[in-house]
Amino acid sequence: MNEITAGLWGLLFDGLWITVQLTVYSAALAAVVAFVIGLARTHRLWIVRFLSGAYFEIFRGTSALILMFWIFFVVPLLFGWQLVPMWAAVLALGLTYGAYGSEVVRGSVAAVAPAQREAGIALSFTSAQQLRKIILPQAWPEMVPPFNNLLIELLKGTALVSVVGVGDITREANLVRNATGDSAPVFTVILVMYFVLAFVITRGMRVVERQAKASIGQAPPKSGGITAKLGLRQQVETSQSAGGSS
Amino acid sequence: MKWDWSAVGDFMPKFWDGLLVTLQALVLGSLIAFALGLVWALAQRSPLKAVRWPVSIVTEFIRNTPLLVQLFFLYYVLPEWGITLSAMTTGVIGLGLHYSTYTAEVYRAGIDGVPVGQWEAAKALSLPRARTWTAVILPQAIRRVVPALGNYVVAMLKDSPMIMIIGVLEMLGEARQFGSQTFQMAEPVTIVGIAFILIAYPASLLLRALERRLVR
Repeated sequence: MNEITAGLWGLLFDGLWITVQLTVYSAALAAVVAFVIGLARTHRLWIVRFLSGAYFEIFRGTSALILMFWIFFVVPLLFGWQLVPMWAAVLALGLTYGAYGSEVVRGSVAAVAPAQREAGIALSFTSAQQLRKIILPQAWPEMVPPFNNLLIELLKGTALVSVVGVGDITREANLVRNATGDSAPVFTVILVMYFVLAFVITRGMRVVERQAKASIGQAPPKSGGITAKLGLRQQVETSQSAGGSS
Repeated sequence: MKWDWSAVGDFMPKFWDGLLVTLQALVLGSLIAFALGLVWALAQRSPLKAVRWPVSIVTEFIRNTPLLVQLFFLYYVLPEWGITLSAMTTGVIGLGLHYSTYTAEVYRAGIDGVPVGQWEAAKALSLPRARTWTAVILPQAIRRVVPALGNYVVAMLKDSPMIMIIGVLEMLGEARQFGSQTFQMAEPVTIVGIAFILIAYPASLLLRALERRLVR
């Protein structure tokens, strides 16, 4: 039984930095996938809807861990492409959480009042203009709370990369555990680290939501009492929140 | 591109073993999640702050930290505290505990969705508190939330490969073991991936149908 020494704390903080990077890059990829697939699922051509729907069902149906295994161990064998571990992990997480995100995008876009789109047609906006100037600005505030929940799921999902050998917090924690021979302190420390990261994400997304609502002239979200402040999840309608778990 | 059908044939017996373990873990984990989630949901409505607050803090913490780390915690720390459980039991408890914090939110939404008139009617009939819950509120609340609970069972299915890391030979665990013994990793992992889609997709179709029937 040894204390966690300064060097071991250094390992944990290296891991923390890798986790933060993974979360940011995967979130960026997931956002791109979510918007592309989500908007494609409302496209007027059936073939576009079908293909994007198939993407959604396939990537929502598989487990992120299995996809990661596949990209790490099967893609090099079958296709001969060996990806850098960090980017393979980002690819697996981004594709999976992008599929969940596409449902949020699709739902929020569908929830914009039809009269808004009709007004765009009446003003002879092109469909790109309708999307950029009318639909998305109104759909965006609706997307932020479910995106916050998905971001936390993504943060939790980054722990999976430790299984395939990327040096994130969880992997470094296992190294520290081997070095100190004591499990309880190190795992408690990293659970708290994850919780703090989740808290920071939520605070950030509350700011984003406030600005998004203000930009279309809606009142800011209510801040509630102490229990609401403690709650990292934001309440979303059941149909959206239910699908959005890893 | 090298795909070896004989490896597929060799893996299939192990695959069925793994599938059985996955389904066992899923069923037992779901039972824990359903039961414990209801306990959390009711505790969060307790009139006592001393009950509400700790439960809220603990469930928030469990829900917002990775299941993988929680599994490590249970697997390595519990024995240090003198509790030794098998890998499978640890995995089931981990899955159940993690998802109970999600089902708690589902039950909470369901209970909040019961119209106030139902509470008032129970009071007017001077039903005792326990009977108000068991005969009036919960039957209505749970009926509404069955599809949402089902969604979390599917989510749990997709997280179940994580119990591989503490040594449970569920589907992905079997695939990894087969791969390390025969150096044929592509076939077993692909089969397991396809199996997940084949299970998860009909399950989500079923839940959508159920949602249309039960939630009105």
